[in-house]
Amino acid sequence: MINLDKFRDPVVAAKLVKRIEGLCDGPYAFMEVCGTHTMAISQFGIRGLIPGSIKLLSGPGCPVCVTSLYDIDRMIAIAGLKDVIFTTFGDMIRVPGSHSSLREARSQGADVRILYSPLDALQIAAENPQKQVVFAGVGFETTSPTIIATVLEAKEKGIGNFSVYPAFKTVPNALKAILESGKTKIDGFLCPGHVSAIIGSRPYQFIPAEYHIPCVIAGFEPLDILESIVMLLEQLRSHKKDGLAFSVQTEYRRGVPDAGNPNALAMLDKVTEPCTAEWRAIGSIPETGLCFRNEYVSFDAAKRFEIKVEPAKEPVGCICGQVMMGLHQPDECPMFGKNCTPESPVGPCMVSSEGACAAWYKYGTGN
Amino acid sequence: MCLAIPAKIETIEGNKAEVDIRGLKRSIGLHMMPDARVGEFVLIHAGFAIQRIDPKEAEETYRLLEETGITIT
Ligand code: SF4
Ligand code: SF4
Repeated sequence: MINLDKFRDPVVAAKLVKRIEGLCDGPYAFMEVCGTHTMAISQFGIRGLIPGSIKLLSGPGCPVCVTSLYDIDRMIAIAGLKDVIFTTFGDMIRVPGSHSSLREARSQGADVRILYSPLDALQIAAENPQKQVVFAGVGFETTSPTIIATVLEAKEKGIGNFSVYPAFKTVPNALKAILESGKTKIDGFLCPGHVSAIIGSRPYQFIPAEYHIPCVIAGFEPLDILESIVMLLEQLRSHKKDGLAFSVQTEYRRGVPDAGNPNALAMLDKVTEPCTAEWRAIGSIPETGLCFRNEYVSFDAAKRFEIKVEPAKEPVGCICGQVMMGLHQPDECPMFGKNCTPESPVGPCMVSSEGACAAWYKYGTGN
Repeated sequence: MCLAIPAKIETIEGNKAEVDIRGLKRSIGLHMMPDARVGEFVLIHAGFAIQRIDPKEAEETYRLLEETGITIT
């Protein structure tokens, strides 16, 4: 078996920390844009290892956290329809909508099932021809191809009682929106490793080219994250010293070819097209969603079912949106750890196991 | 949600493969990796292989890590 345990080697970690200390020449803010990074940074106490002058901000890295209330409310409404089996990845089920959650809907009798793979939904659809099986299409570029592959298989096998509620999000233009907002000072991005396994390194090129900010595509082990910080600092230093231009580098080379996964990208392009998406607590961002193309619109659960929901109601006082924009750290929210905990979450960043607030609550602030 | 774990492909049949994840056997979809071969390492996410994982790159990255750490500027 491939041995990745050594990417946790404490001796090498100590060396990398020394290197970071040697290189760090300023207060810097680096943003990670992947919930799995958010978790790893908290879990391995990376904030406590590196100099305090480096601030690690959590961006909108969790597709669950950024699913709009409108979409959640509509998914709950579909789950409550007669003869619907609503299927989803586990992280979605606890997320509170305006009035309820999928879990509450289930306890009130809706047939809501947690699946490990969207392919399992096809099995359920085949076994229950008299029912409608709907899958919650939530995910970044890592996940959307798995759901789209399932749609293609449904089409091929003629499984007509399967559909997907499309709430997909794509990462690069979301980063653009954060940069365009001009509110957050960001000196470098730790780009998401598994999103990049699909999209490759090229879609981030505009960040160094147009915004003059270095990017490093990072793996998920502690050494990967430390090394990625080293790479960002080295870019900043050689820019300062020798005027070298910033670039997109890949630390996570073992899983990210520059071209990504062309098969997965072709599948996405065949079935969906970019559209404007609503990001919870952030707002609507052009070209960050994936909508079904006309030829596949029969698989769109949002169109298949007639649903009307009341206007969405955001939880009062939750500053998730500002946390995900890097404007605030979770413990700056007055409700953090008081009336908002993973057991009774107020906002999505505390619900999702990889949300910034949940990671800080579970592992401490690490400062 | 974007967690993906390494696994080794043991057998392939059509667009499905049996993989070994640290001793655990699973069936996964090869829809995104039609050219995958038995013996290769892949990243598994939501029941699909999403990308190859390159043992040589893994070794190389680790070697570089060990070295970068030594020179302190
Ligand atoms: S918190 Fe969960 S849903 Fe959100 S990005 Fe992380 S893994 Fe995905
Ligand atoms: S602590 Fe709770 S209420 Fe505050 S921002 Fe985080 S999720 Fe929202």
